[in-house]
Amino acid sequence: MNGPQFLKQYVGQLKTRMGACFPGQRAVFRGHDLHTDLRHMDWIELYVYGITGRHFSPEQLRLLHGMWVYTSYPDARIWNNRVAALAGSVRSTPALGLSAALAVSEAVIYGGQSYVRAIDFLIQARRRIQHGAKVLDIIKNEIKDRRIYGFGRPLNSQDERNPWLMSLAKELNLDGGPHVRLAGEVEVILLSKNKKLRMNYAGLMAAFAADIGFSAREFQTFVFPAFLAGMPPCFIEAAERAEGALFPLTCADVLYEGRAKRDWITSP
Amino acid sequence: MDSEQKREMIATQIWLEEPEPNNPFTTRIAYCRGYDVYGEMLGRSRWVDMIYLLFRDEPPSPAQAQLLETLAVALANPGPRDPSVHAAMCGGVGGSTAASCLIAALAVGAGQLGGGREVFLMMEDWYACGIDLDLWRSRLATPTANVTTVWPESDHRPGFDPHGMTTAMIVTQTLACLTKLFHGTHLSWLEANRNILEMAVERPLALSGIAATAFVDLGLTPDQGEMLYLMLRLPGAAAHALEQRSYGHKKFPFFSVELENDPEMELP
Repeated sequence: MNGPQFLKQYVGQLKTRMGACFPGQRAVFRGHDLHTDLRHMDWIELYVYGITGRHFSPEQLRLLHGMWVYTSYPDARIWNNRVAALAGSVRSTPALGLSAALAVSEAVIYGGQSYVRAIDFLIQARRRIQHGAKVLDIIKNEIKDRRIYGFGRPLNSQDERNPWLMSLAKELNLDGGPHVRLAGEVEVILLSKNKKLRMNYAGLMAAFAADIGFSAREFQTFVFPAFLAGMPPCFIEAAERAEGALFPLTCADVLYEGRAKRDWITSP
Repeated sequence: MDSEQKREMIATQIWLEEPEPNNPFTTRIAYCRGYDVYGEMLGRSRWVDMIYLLFRDEPPSPAQAQLLETLAVALANPGPRDPSVHAAMCGGVGGSTAASCLIAALAVGAGQLGGGREVFLMMEDWYACGIDLDLWRSRLATPTANVTTVWPESDHRPGFDPHGMTTAMIVTQTLACLTKLFHGTHLSWLEANRNILEMAVERPLALSGIAATAFVDLGLTPDQGEMLYLMLRLPGAAAHALEQRSYGHKKFPFFSVELENDPEMELP
């Protein structure tokens, strides 16, 4: 069935297994009454249950918490945080500034794209290894077409977050999963080719997430608010400072590299 | 101020500002790609001249300006059934901020079904195939590359309507009008070969496909076309959001729900 017949079956009604609210009565969340069954859940536990429909162990949930905590940097210079801070500086609202900052976090050289590509690479690579492929061959094949995400960093190749996340994983006995081991092997091979290609935080998070059982899309959705906790401080400080006092630029701070001055010819 | 501090500058080929003599933060004269915006362009240039000039190094020819302006009229309001406008109205009806209504329209209108990403992808098709029918046939018959990115997979060819039965009259009217006004290589070729392409994908051309083609004729890159398409569809979203705000939520559909796993229904 396609065309209008396909669409007509969906007109006017939401058929769902995800949930619904019944105002004045109750709310259902993935087949459970939110208030009677799930009200004691930790927020991240509920969040990942909403994404996956699966339950995770207390140790896994602590690791997921750690992933977010260790990358919450209230530094208004960082591009996504700067959006939140600029919103505060011009007296926009927290929701607008923070939601835009989160949307901006879905970037290519950090954030969204690197998470998705890193976990996808590790999951696919492990599948190939299970079918007899060698890590070195997988890497050679991959870098023919594209860069391998999860290794290397735009500002500094040493990722200060990784030892802390690895330490937490060790404490929780979650550091020996197959994707984490594979990521370590990949790092050794890449470092032998380029000393800047250390495993970055996206790579390590992706490896742990794959070991926990996240798919690439589940991880993408889980990790989207990862930077959030660092953003409100940026917004608040800029909002408390005088209007427009965040990163003001003089006209001379813009380096013009374009066409010379010329006369406008009026359109006919 | 720390004299050792590194001078941070924004580089641009688009915009030059000269300050008032008494304040380096206040603009006295602004040049867009060399043209004095407030001294010469204002009152003599059209909005589409400025838009085109911002994206390209030269102002549009009269024919290019007319093409862009006509396309802007065609795209200005996707209508209240369109998901991007629907999203904006969800903001409007609840009294959300103006920006959040537009953010909603942008986020939903960014996708691969009638959205900005669809235009980007079809422009990539154009730059890969040009006006070579064999290349088009081959590309349309080939599944898209399966590289995981932040964008979810889409199961229809960009630029065509997956739920369409025949080409919508508004689509043929737009294509006819644009080709009459502007003798662009790609628009003309599309009009001549539309039936063949539609048969190849077994789906009718969509308005997004015409927008992508017009952007190619205007010499825009896929990145530029995606941005411009997002912008040009916002006016309708804004107007409909405000209209629903004035109507109020009681006049706005809430739809019925069929919960397929309601725990209350599963009780013995």
